[in-house]
Amino acid sequence: MAVFLRRSSSRAAVTIGVLLLTTSFFIPGASSDNRDAARGGSNGTRGGPGQVLQVEKEQRNSSVHQETHTNSSADHKKPFPVLSFNYDHVRTPFEISLWILLALLMKLGFHIIPRVSHVVPESCLLIVVGLLVGGIIKAIGEKAPVLGYELFFFYLLPPIILDAGYFLPTRHFMDNIGTILVFAVVGTLWNAFFVGGMMYGVCQIEGAQLATVDLLSCLLFGSIVSAVDPVAVLAVFEEIHINELLHILVFGESLLNDAVTVVLYHLFEEFSHAGTVTVVDAFLGVVCFFVVSLGGILFGAIYGLLGAFTSRFTSHTRVIEPLFVFLYSYMAYLSAEVFHLSGIMSLIACGVVMRPYVEANISHKSYTTIKYFLKMWSSVSETLIFIFLGVSTVAGPHAWNWTFVVFTVLVCLVSRVLGVIGLTFLINKFRIVKLTKKDQFIVAYGGLRGAIAFSLGFLVTDSQMKNMFLTAIITVIFFTVFVQGMTIRPLVELLAVKKKKESKRSINEEIHTQFLDHLLTGIEDICGHYGHHHWKDKMNRFNKTYVKRWLIAGERSTEPQLISFYNKLEMKQAIMQVESGSSAKLPTPESSVSMQNVQPKEPVRQRAIPSISKSREQEIRKMLRANLQKTRQRLRSYSRHDLLIEPFEDHVSEARLRKQRAEMGRRVSVHSSHLVFTEHQAESGNSPCRTEHQVFTYDTECPNIQTSRPPDTVRLLTESHQRTNQSAELQELSAKETDIEDQQKVSRCFSDPGPKSDQDRDGSSTS
Amino acid sequence: MGASQTRSDNRYQDLMDKTGFSLEQIKNLHKRFLHLSGNEETISRENLESISALSNNPLRKQIIDAFFDKRNQRDDKAGFFHEIGFEQFLMVMSHFRPPNLKTTAEEKEAMRKEKLRFLFNMHDTDNDGIITLTEYRKVVEELLSKSGAIGLEAAKAIADAAMLEVASTNVPHMAPEDFYEGITFEHFEQILKGLEMESRMHIRFLDVDTTTMRCGKATM
Repeated sequence: MAVFLRRSSSRAAVTIGVLLLTTSFFIPGASSDNRDAARGGSNGTRGGPGQVLQVEKEQRNSSVHQETHTNSSADHKKPFPVLSFNYDHVRTPFEISLWILLALLMKLGFHIIPRVSHVVPESCLLIVVGLLVGGIIKAIGEKAPVLGYELFFFYLLPPIILDAGYFLPTRHFMDNIGTILVFAVVGTLWNAFFVGGMMYGVCQIEGAQLATVDLLSCLLFGSIVSAVDPVAVLAVFEEIHINELLHILVFGESLLNDAVTVVLYHLFEEFSHAGTVTVVDAFLGVVCFFVVSLGGILFGAIYGLLGAFTSRFTSHTRVIEPLFVFLYSYMAYLSAEVFHLSGIMSLIACGVVMRPYVEANISHKSYTTIKYFLKMWSSVSETLIFIFLGVSTVAGPHAWNWTFVVFTVLVCLVSRVLGVIGLTFLINKFRIVKLTKKDQFIVAYGGLRGAIAFSLGFLVTDSQMKNMFLTAIITVIFFTVFVQGMTIRPLVELLAVKKKKESKRSINEEIHTQFLDHLLTGIEDICGHYGHHHWKDKMNRFNKTYVKRWLIAGERSTEPQLISFYNKLEMKQAIMQVESGSSAKLPTPESSVSMQNVQPKEPVRQRAIPSISKSREQEIRKMLRANLQKTRQRLRSYSRHDLLIEPFEDHVSEARLRKQRAEMGRRVSVHSSHLVFTEHQAESGNSPCRTEHQVFTYDTECPNIQTSRPPDTVRLLTESHQRTNQSAELQELSAKETDIEDQQKVSRCFSDPGPKSDQDRDGSSTS
Repeated sequence: MGASQTRSDNRYQDLMDKTGFSLEQIKNLHKRFLHLSGNEETISRENLESISALSNNPLRKQIIDAFFDKRNQRDDKAGFFHEIGFEQFLMVMSHFRPPNLKTTAEEKEAMRKEKLRFLFNMHDTDNDGIITLTEYRKVVEELLSKSGAIGLEAAKAIADAAMLEVASTNVPHMAPEDFYEGITFEHFEQILKGLEMESRMHIRFLDVDTTTMRCGKATM
């Protein structure tokens, strides 16, 4: 333990050392920038002031005395510089990279020191680091980068929002959309006006020296500071794993209140310039709200559909598929920003609309790429945002006013609590599953403010109040992130709030979810009113008949959801199997149940299956079972059941099988795994033939294989089933050895239980 | 007028106690019942089959059967009705009530059991207490029936995998010779534990006058 601590502390020392080293790079960079800026000229070389002056003099002289200049330069010919130093022209990318590197090293450092990261959420630690770095930069006397509007809203925020929107749990979101909208719209409005009003009241207090702050400025301040921030919410809630309902409520609210914030902000800013407010203005404000939010969503949906449509044709250029997703989404965001619509809602809409169609079209690798890139970018962005927040806190000009700041924090808290309680009272009248007091507490407590408020504060034009506002905003942010962020986890434990269920989706749950959907729709129809399920059902049918056909390539467009789900699960499991097999691990079987136990043991009716005798069948069974018991592997929930038609087929099929395997290796895609049984597939004979042949190769090579390669056997149920004669079933167990070569992933040997009656007959005739 | 009013109120009171609906909800449902039955006292299968909105539903037959299933009347009988009266109609509908704030944990548990029982009865068509592989296959087939021509094999594969999952979670260690008969009710509960049926399997029953809904009433 002590050794570990020493090691971890030494690593911490290393990271701090790197941190100092990286910040030291900023000094020369910043200083040369200052001097160049002062001189107004930049030549390629970095140098002291003297050289710059000299060059300028030379330039001035050269316009007058051309010949003398050339003469003088000829006289002072320098030797060819072997090694030169030219920092300025790489300065910008260099510094950006350094900042990102710093952020990532910090992130790395925190996870190495485990104790701290359990108590303190990462966001707090990052802000502290930012404070330190800001302090260092200030101590050196340089200008630190500031979390300005452009940097934040155009570069740092979109990846986070896209990540959130693309992976938004749509079902939960749509189920609770009413509640979320009420919290987002009405809640934010209430917060803005309450905070603005109360702060105006506070400003009227004698002796607070705040008399210059008028009502509109207060309202502006209120609108900036009242919005729940998605970045902060994500950062804190990700670590506490509460149940999906609460998560989606707070998170959804933080996303959707962007429209309200945008409108209110622009509204109050316009008004504070204009000076007076009329009823018409207020009415236009309301109209503006609808335009902003619905317009944003419309933009997002259009770009999403474009993206989905484009992805339909990318089957030949798989490498650039992820880029389409990213670029269309970013364009949606920027286009919305052009018109001052809500960029966040546009981005979310784009991600949500695009996702189901794109995922049906793109390859598995592209899907993984998209997932990882989004996570990566959003992670980096989040880290940078918090660090910059710390840096900007130290750097920015502050105007501390005790009354204002303290009251801001108090009023924000009070308004949030009152807002949530009041709104929940209203909402519970319409909700079926009501929100309990515990839920309300978490929703209220989870209303964190973050960098959006800060960046918006930066845009305030009146510099005198701006500093005071910024100080207050920073205090609120710090308070919510530090105090609320740190204490929410113990509170969640204390109140025993339901946590997210960790188990993966099982196929039974999926079947029953679909079953319930249809059942509830049916019951609603019998009851005669058009409820939630009815409209959902209608949307699904519309989606299936019209939209999917346009946006999904090939046969996937008709694939029902249950089957796609099943395929995806099989794929995941197959990949897991391959991975665990290739690392030479054979975990103990969790369950020894196989399909054999589940399938009804019908007596083999000899009449139905010609030509294979019962004794032969028993022999085969015994042999296979023996092999199987030797190489038992952990059976997860799904059997990789595959078709074993007839053990004794001719080597024509075997050769064909080998060729198919080689061919399969070249096509790694989800498409080949779907369960569409066409005659074509019967000919190419995907997995069916493969297994039973492999049984026999495995058989003969059995001892060698077991020692040389870790067999990655999958227990299969194979069944043959004559289409014409559905009552007879021949069950065989076969051990299938998957190829260890990279190309041939088990992922392709999927559940293709469809028997081919022609192969059946072939097989049976030979024996 | 007074006498008939109190008589129907008494009758409704009886139903309210049995099913847990509120008075407004029962009145609304009664109106719907009369509409469906054509102002008769009982509903037959044809009445339900004539609902046009149901025609697109892949589970149409099962849903209609569920209404006529005696097992859903909570009195331990088996078999099927030919026609049902309003009380039976309400009993079936009561399976779809949601929990409310006042529902205690035990009541929620009982609710969940009841709803799962309803689902179980829908699957277990031969009433032998277990869902066999054949029955489960039929369920999945019906589910996929309206979703296009994917074929029986896909349904079979999915049903087989699902059955295997139930077996392996509930009876993890079976010898190769053992046979897993089918999903019993306990296993069914176990496998669907994560779905929290009491919060999912419900629909909204209309109360016409929500503003007049009084707190003290025996609601839900």
